[in-house]
Amino acid sequence: MNKLTSKLKGNKLAQIILLVLYVLITSLSLYLAQASVTAFLLLLFSLLLLYYTELPDRLKWLIAGVVLIGVIPFVSSTGPGYQSYMEVATVVGIYVAMALGLNIVVGLAGLLDLGFVAFFAIGAYTYGIFATGQAANFMPFGTFPLSGESFWIFILIGCFVAALFGVLLGIPVLRVKGDYLAIVTLGFGEIIRIVFNNLDKPVNITNGAMGLASVKPPEIFGYQFVYPNQFYYIVLGILFLVILAVRRFEFSKIGRSWKAVRENEIAAQSMGIHLVRTKLLAFAIGASFSGMMGVVFAAKQTFVDPTSFTLLESITILVMVILGGMGSVPGVILGAAVITILNLQVLTEVTNYLNQLSLDGVISFPEALAPAKMQRFIFGAILIIFAIYRPQGLIPSKNPVFDEESLKEGSKKHRKEQITVEPDKGFQA
Amino acid sequence: MLAEILQSLPQVLVDGIALGAIYAVIALGYTMVYGILELINFAHGEIFMTGAFIGVAMLILMTGMGWLAAMPAILALILVLVVTSILTGFMGVGIERMAYRPLRNSPKLITLISAIGVSFLLQDLVRFITEYKRGNYILTGPSMFNEQFSIKFSSISSSFSDAFFKTSTLILIIAVVIMMIGLDFFVNKTKWGMAMRAVAQDRETASLMSINVNKVISLTFFIGSALGGATGVLFAVQYGTIDPYIGFILGLKAFTAAVLGGIGNIRGAMAGGLMLGILEMFAAANLQLLTGGIFGAEYKDVFAFAILIVVLIFKPEGLFGKAVTEKV
Repeated sequence: MNKLTSKLKGNKLAQIILLVLYVLITSLSLYLAQASVTAFLLLLFSLLLLYYTELPDRLKWLIAGVVLIGVIPFVSSTGPGYQSYMEVATVVGIYVAMALGLNIVVGLAGLLDLGFVAFFAIGAYTYGIFATGQAANFMPFGTFPLSGESFWIFILIGCFVAALFGVLLGIPVLRVKGDYLAIVTLGFGEIIRIVFNNLDKPVNITNGAMGLASVKPPEIFGYQFVYPNQFYYIVLGILFLVILAVRRFEFSKIGRSWKAVRENEIAAQSMGIHLVRTKLLAFAIGASFSGMMGVVFAAKQTFVDPTSFTLLESITILVMVILGGMGSVPGVILGAAVITILNLQVLTEVTNYLNQLSLDGVISFPEALAPAKMQRFIFGAILIIFAIYRPQGLIPSKNPVFDEESLKEGSKKHRKEQITVEPDKGFQA
Repeated sequence: MLAEILQSLPQVLVDGIALGAIYAVIALGYTMVYGILELINFAHGEIFMTGAFIGVAMLILMTGMGWLAAMPAILALILVLVVTSILTGFMGVGIERMAYRPLRNSPKLITLISAIGVSFLLQDLVRFITEYKRGNYILTGPSMFNEQFSIKFSSISSSFSDAFFKTSTLILIIAVVIMMIGLDFFVNKTKWGMAMRAVAQDRETASLMSINVNKVISLTFFIGSALGGATGVLFAVQYGTIDPYIGFILGLKAFTAAVLGGIGNIRGAMAGGLMLGILEMFAAANLQLLTGGIFGAEYKDVFAFAILIVVLIFKPEGLFGKAVTEKV
């Protein structure tokens, strides 16, 4: 095995060939055996392999784009499981974007936010209220529901409203010390849920516990987005922008000041970083990703009610970030994908399998131990184990290291600087 | 409007003191751990919940074996309280040993995450054990101490109405007072209490003074968790029905109480708990009246969090705490 990896290392051609072979084999098996969830998951796994190849970044993006836009929808499209695969992929995309948002708050800026799902709820309700007849109850002008074409504007509106709430929450809270922040955000998440649950009187804004039903689907030039395979492309588009933004932020001035604040507030302050402003920005940007995906979620589900936004959801997103690696973009994407697939596919499949076994009388399996009910147990265990044994997560974050000599030379000869990477020391202490 | 509020005030006070007593004891657990480790022990609410479940399980078991009928109820309750508090005490020590001690020198964020993990793990552990044994995770304890009493406030002034309470409320309040006085004596008058205060002040210097820091921290967790577990039993007897998710929101409010009284301050936590309980009951009874029907009693949780946020902004050191200036 070691021999094999050492041979592969450095040999880009072999890597490409192996990767293409892998994608071909898995796509073929998915194409032929449509009901196989395993084949679908293995095909998704090719993206992780792609990450570990040593190809140039542009080529990686290109291949990922081809696999995501072309291969996955195409090979799964012929069978009966098409919509359910696309549903899973869409939900994965939604959670990846949210986890990337939380990653900015927790991973980069080091602020533990336990009420993150509140911003998701705000986004979802922003679209939900105006895309159903609900808004007519309190808006004196305009006709509601708005048409599906307003969805595209509402992505931006949801983004801004969530960011606004992030700032509103942040202004009072960010003055207190770190660990109080966890409690206050936890409280905020609950408050938002309780408020949405009870805001059907005196003016019926959110329709209370009944929720908002039949939210208008998105529409463009008369083309309606109804099925998961159509939402898949919307989510993919937003996700691309989100990843681009996160990569840009991470290595910019503001990203570096987030990391500085995370490591030592006092030292950061003495280097001229405005603490409150930096933290507020992290809160607002993280919240805005969540708000955007809230709008998409509302349109996809066509139904919004307060039970979708419980504490368990907030903790789920936190688990994604911790599992993948705080501050590491590829890690968080991996973590979000793993947890979502675990939630949607693996746990239910295993539960069905065990139920089937106990129906056949092979084993007696108590209902109480059904894996689908054990989310809290599994998430709790992941949090403890990763906190103790691997706080840097599955894929640790990396900081670029600039070689001083080559920088000096580079400035003389106007040559592009050499950038190498080394592991981020932040969470390994 | 004022007349109506006055009318219900005696009942609000009685209910508020009962609820506040529970908050106060749980707040003690938070405040002791925070005082020593500067860690919010998220799992403390779950220890309280586990205590409630152990207590109810024991009471059900004793009813099944006919012991409960054979001995006086108060004796049975004391027995259950003692056994539960020992069990939850050791559970607290175990949690500290497994989930917090390995992380004592890590960034605080990591320890908090581990604490949340413990909290979730315990919730589900209790959930599936109960569901496995009884088919349903919502438990109702045997009904005990249900005799009604009333205090005739109306004889003082006709603007008050009478306050009603059960024997269990009385037992709850007496037990809590005993626990608080005991803890206060322990912390302020005994050698181990002095060691605890020393570790809270400065862990390293304390260890130089030949104090076994690990042992003191374990002891702190034991006492806090034992008190929390015992309160869980009292809660179950008082309110009847329990489920595995009661600990989280109740723990959060108890933490609010600890912050209100000044975190790290034991007497402050007691006062903060009582205040929060009374305020919350007052809000539950009168919020609808005060806001002209816009906000109902369902906003009482929001009210408690609002108190937390207001305290953190304007007086983060709490009502009875001392402001600490951070040294660089």
